[in-house]
Amino acid sequence: MKKYLLSIYQPDGPPPEPAVLEPIMQNLTSLADEMRAAGSWVMDAGLHPPESATVLRAAGEELLVTDGPFTEGKEHLGGFMIIQAEDLDEALDWARRLARILEPLSIEIRPVV
Amino acid sequence: MPVSAADIAGVFRAEHGRAVAVLARVFGDLDIAEDAVQEAFAAALEKWVEGLPPSPAGWIITTARNRAIDRLRREASREDKHAQAALLHAQDEPVEEGVVRDDRLRLIFTCCHPALALNVRVALTLRLLGGLTTSEIAHAFLVPEATMAQRLVRAKAKIRTAGIPYRVPYEADLPERVRGVLVVVYLIFNEGYAASSGDELIRSELCLEAIRLGRLLVSLMPDEPEAVGLLALMLLQESRRPARVGADGALIPLPQQDRSLWDRDLVAEGHELVRRCLRRGAPGPYQLQAAINAVHSEAASASDTAWDQIVQLYDHLLALTPTPIVALNRAVAVAEVDGPLAALTLVDDLDLGNYYLFHAIRADLLTRLHRFPEAVAAYDAAITLTTNTTEQAFLTHQRARLT
Repeated sequence: MKKYLLSIYQPDGPPPEPAVLEPIMQNLTSLADEMRAAGSWVMDAGLHPPESATVLRAAGEELLVTDGPFTEGKEHLGGFMIIQAEDLDEALDWARRLARILEPLSIEIRPVV
Repeated sequence: MPVSAADIAGVFRAEHGRAVAVLARVFGDLDIAEDAVQEAFAAALEKWVEGLPPSPAGWIITTARNRAIDRLRREASREDKHAQAALLHAQDEPVEEGVVRDDRLRLIFTCCHPALALNVRVALTLRLLGGLTTSEIAHAFLVPEATMAQRLVRAKAKIRTAGIPYRVPYEADLPERVRGVLVVVYLIFNEGYAASSGDELIRSELCLEAIRLGRLLVSLMPDEPEAVGLLALMLLQESRRPARVGADGALIPLPQQDRSLWDRDLVAEGHELVRRCLRRGAPGPYQLQAAINAVHSEAASASDTAWDQIVQLYDHLLALTPTPIVALNRAVAVAEVDGPLAALTLVDDLDLGNYYLFHAIRADLLTRLHRFPEAVAAYDAAITLTTNTTEQAFLTHQRARLT
């Protein structure tokens, strides 16, 4: 089995209205339940907005701590899932369902070493 | 009978896809498979000079497998985890040729996986299935050999690390994945067919390779009418190759081609395939394009063409793939049935201002309507938008007749 990180990228700004968000969260919960039942779920997490991030970088003696996020941009990592799958096709099947639930957000899928 | 190095290279080229496909299954790794076939080639250059073995494919696969196992054993004894895994994999896998058909199908789907960029899929398919060398592929796509080599190395690394599987896709994914494979094969054909600058030999080689891949797909997926449609389409286009470039290297458009130069065998085979797939009653874009080409092939001259049939086929194609390019091609046929003014009205509605053929077709229609100043302007736009020197020469010649 291989492990895959599914990163959810979302545009910066206020979250959607509760009426929009609630059914999405419900669908996410049932997708995670289905993954657990199939033995594919490893972990998942949603993140606070990028303004809450702090960035650290060591350089010799110095340790620089700055207000984040690390990258400038209009979209940031909003949450992630780690799943395990036999191969990329199996992982893509789960990722496709995640992308459908989170339309129109982009999902990046990367193999874990 | 003595065998030359060129003959040996030819046999390896023809058997490359089959051998890599079997060995990729045996070792679970494309790199090992490819290297092993390369080693077998070096061995064949020594052993085959006296004469070809009874089954060259079997010889290549067995030799490649044995040499790879020897090498992997040496590496595995030095605690190389990758080599140990490949050896373990090889123990459980039979090498008999009965499963060869499936192996090649698996390899096609791996090379054409949607997680790989389109230009990467094209390069991998030509290298692993077609057996073209990295240098030949680089030459065909006008990129430096080092760039192409790097593209192939990265592609194989992604297949390995991302876990792109070496198998036929799930039933539910199959239609989309088959379409993805057909796109790659037709792209290879078009790259060869486009009369752009560059080595004509390599370009016609690409067309032949695409046709070879098309035949392979039809033999592996006989129930896939679009695969048959694509093969028919490529054969019918290829049949006109001898007529489409004049002695001076200038492009000759379909209506002016000397139809006696068309390859009658390819036309006959293309027609037979069109009939065979349309009988199945599941027409798709490739089958319809093939059918359109078949109507052209049946006509003794441009004016004898059953243009009304062609318009009907384009109506069908436009319903399946409603793109402005299809609408533009349909308008060309409409000009022959309803006249240039009707066609021009259709063309002017299309949002294709950046496409040279849009302007070239407008220019032709305007010429036929005797609206010469507008036609000249349209030719100018077309000439600016194409980088293809053969096309430029053709358009400049057309424009010169008006001034």
